[in-house]
Amino acid sequence: MKKPYPLFVLLLSMLALFSSTAYRLAETGYQVGDTASDIRLKNVNGQMVSLRDQKDAKGFIVTFTCNTCPYAKLYEDRLIQLHQKYASKGYPVIAINPNDVTASPDDSYADMQKRAKDKKFPFVYLHDETQEVAKRYGATRTPHVYVLTKSGQDLKVSYIGAIDDNSGDPAKVQKRYVEAAIDNLLSGKAVQQASTKAIGCTIKWRNNS
Amino acid sequence: MKYNAFMFFRRIFCTIVLLLGFLWAGNAMAQTNKVTMEKLPHLQKYLNSSSDTTYIINFWATWCKPCIEELPNFEAIQQQYQSKPVQVVLVSMDFAKDFEKKVIPFVSRHKLKSTVFLLDEPDQNAWIDTVDPSWSGAIPATLFVNNSRKQRLFLEKPITLAQLQEYLTSKFSQNP
Repeated sequence: MKKPYPLFVLLLSMLALFSSTAYRLAETGYQVGDTASDIRLKNVNGQMVSLRDQKDAKGFIVTFTCNTCPYAKLYEDRLIQLHQKYASKGYPVIAINPNDVTASPDDSYADMQKRAKDKKFPFVYLHDETQEVAKRYGATRTPHVYVLTKSGQDLKVSYIGAIDDNSGDPAKVQKRYVEAAIDNLLSGKAVQQASTKAIGCTIKWRNNS
Repeated sequence: MKYNAFMFFRRIFCTIVLLLGFLWAGNAMAQTNKVTMEKLPHLQKYLNSSSDTTYIINFWATWCKPCIEELPNFEAIQQQYQSKPVQVVLVSMDFAKDFEKKVIPFVSRHKLKSTVFLLDEPDQNAWIDTVDPSWSGAIPATLFVNNSRKQRLFLEKPITLAQLQEYLTSKFSQNP
């Protein structure tokens, strides 16, 4: 009478676990605290870039951005500054363009190469051609930041959200969310404000209006 | 005699100029009155309204291509439901500094008839969740809300006229 019970419970909990993770991944992508999987995409210089390969990094400022969104463009210079400030401390910017080329022709790989050259991006600018990474991460808009931290072999999602609290005017920024999060991480503390929201452009998904 | 004729024509000329001036000013005033710049409490009046009105609150911007493409759908639905308790509210996410040179001209050029205002609240993280917790901040985004019937529907994606009609009839029991 008692024997099948633990097995049944185990099966049931496995099923529950499986369905809840599947649901969450499908619906919302990563949440703060989740383990992120590796990213492997082509950079504007033609080379494949993988997070795993960057042994010296402590983490990454993964930023979904693009050539075309005015909000994303407003943050280009601030992304450059973030990279200049934090790459040497172990947190380089990893810029990823997830927009579908058919839906947004000016986000083509060639246009990305041109933009990276014109703006002299000091960071990698990767093409998420299949939009697989954006979907896996749950990115919805540009710009959309995921700060990842290495924890042994794993990558932990430490922060999701906006770069700061004033897209329109860098001079009026009061809260630098990404900087604060990384400063917390660098000093071994928990991130105080681990998720924020901001207006941005919808990612231009394939087969979508 | 000659002098009087000159005076007469000058008077007529001045009157015409004055009249034209009034007309132009009236027109300009009508255009600028249409779209205003507001703070959060103005948006909250619609979000928290207890009247039996179904508000369709659309977040857009002049720089957002998919938003501009769907604006005619909101204009059309407002026309169809003109005599019904349905109100379209177009909330511009443009920056305050672009109000005069981008938003006002856009609204008058496209002759927008729905309620439209620019929400001047740069710290977006402070209020996005109050519109809907599921909103990530991407636009276009649209909230249907009728508090007196405790009904709401939030969509973070473009919307067609057929979808607008369907949501109003099926979820909010509002027929044109």
